[in-house]
Amino acid sequence: MMTNPTGRITQGQFSFLPDLSDDEIRLQIEYGLRKGYAWSVEYTDDPHPRNTYWEMYGMPMFDLQDAAGVMTELAECRKTFPQHYIRLMAFDSTRGIESITMSFIVNRPAHEPGFGLARQEMHNRTLRYTVHSYATDKPEGQRY
Amino acid sequence: MYNIPGQTAPAPVQGAAATDAIPAAATGSARTVTEVLAQSQVQAVLADLEQGLVGLAPVKQRVRDIAALLVIDRLRQNQGLAAQAPSLHMCFTGNPGTGKTTVALRMAQILHRLGYVRKGHLVAVTRDDLVGQYIGHTAPKTKEVLKKAMGGVLFIDEAYYLYRPENERDYGQEAIEILLQVMENQRDDLVVILAGYKDRMDTFFSSNPGMSSRIAHHLDFPDYSVPELLQIAEQMLVELHYRFEPGDGAALEDACAAFEDYLQLRMRQPHFANARSVRNALDRARLRQASRLFREADKAHSAEDLSTLSAADIRASRVFASAGSA
Repeated sequence: MMTNPTGRITQGQFSFLPDLSDDEIRLQIEYGLRKGYAWSVEYTDDPHPRNTYWEMYGMPMFDLQDAAGVMTELAECRKTFPQHYIRLMAFDSTRGIESITMSFIVNRPAHEPGFGLARQEMHNRTLRYTVHSYATDKPEGQRY
Repeated sequence: MYNIPGQTAPAPVQGAAATDAIPAAATGSARTVTEVLAQSQVQAVLADLEQGLVGLAPVKQRVRDIAALLVIDRLRQNQGLAAQAPSLHMCFTGNPGTGKTTVALRMAQILHRLGYVRKGHLVAVTRDDLVGQYIGHTAPKTKEVLKKAMGGVLFIDEAYYLYRPENERDYGQEAIEILLQVMENQRDDLVVILAGYKDRMDTFFSSNPGMSSRIAHHLDFPDYSVPELLQIAEQMLVELHYRFEPGDGAALEDACAAFEDYLQLRMRQPHFANARSVRNALDRARLRQASRLFREADKAHSAEDLSTLSAADIRASRVFASAGSA
């Protein structure tokens, strides 16, 4: 059975769709700004599904009025990390929510090797399973 | 959608959503000046500028000229003629209190209505908001401000403070360079307006030729004359629901005339800040009026009493005392 039929990881919003174009990304950002969210840019080269906290590229951007500011930051991040995963996240500061409300990947490496299933032999022939990203076999910075 | 490796991926459908991504300015189909004006409602802002602001004739003329250029550019664009976005960065020079910030706000509205900035908000900053305190602090700070201002107008008050030639390790230069880069490369995202005293801005531009060449419009704000300042005072009082007490030609002095005398004296003193000084003087007159009414503890005050500034309220000012002793 194939473990990685699309050749792409699927995390966050829109990840089953074709990559968003810059104009489509801008529309999403505008939508978030209209809702009063603060956008931030994050990147990683370890896309394990449980790797929740990616590296921040700069500070979250509060008090923005227009998507151009986020797009500038994203362009800089893409220039610095062209082969990393980059995602945009929208933080809703409404009292009682105070959490990330939107998150989607906007940049991926050209080749995504996907995940392997690792089996761990336990006592009494018990097996434990986990997923393991092929990319993380290499050290940080050389993965993609 | 699930492409099996080894197969060629279908090209992602793009452009369909992209075309209506940025709402085109509402003037897309206009062919005449009237149509552009009607569709963009820029006339209302211009009329507001004309009536709401006293004096400033040369500034108003320049703003009208710029608006006319932008309207014609919009028409040219509709005909497929315009080649590049016009440079809209401006420099407002003039003494304090001559209305630079107010005109900048109106300018942001005009640019927004004509579709030259997408959001039309004004972000007013000074040196402190752009320049950091230690190495590596300036760039993120400046960029953060620029990002907040994108889609609108960045108003840098007292911009000449950015450049401090006496300190060669000053971080202001770094802020200027980032600013220049954005002013050049992201002209359609951001309009920068620099403001400050005329002579100091001239020094600033002569030591930063890059900045000077990127600014298309220089507007000079003249000082107000006494009749204009009086008119401004009247406008401010109307907004606050106050009025000057009219004189009866004999014993009771006209408060408006007293205020004119006040302005004559105040203008000769240092730190006269035009409309801002007028507002401060009126605020202090209101204080004195309040304590005058407060002393008459048992009197029932009519609405008329409560909203009238008497000549005595104005004559009590320190300005008259110092002028009398001098």
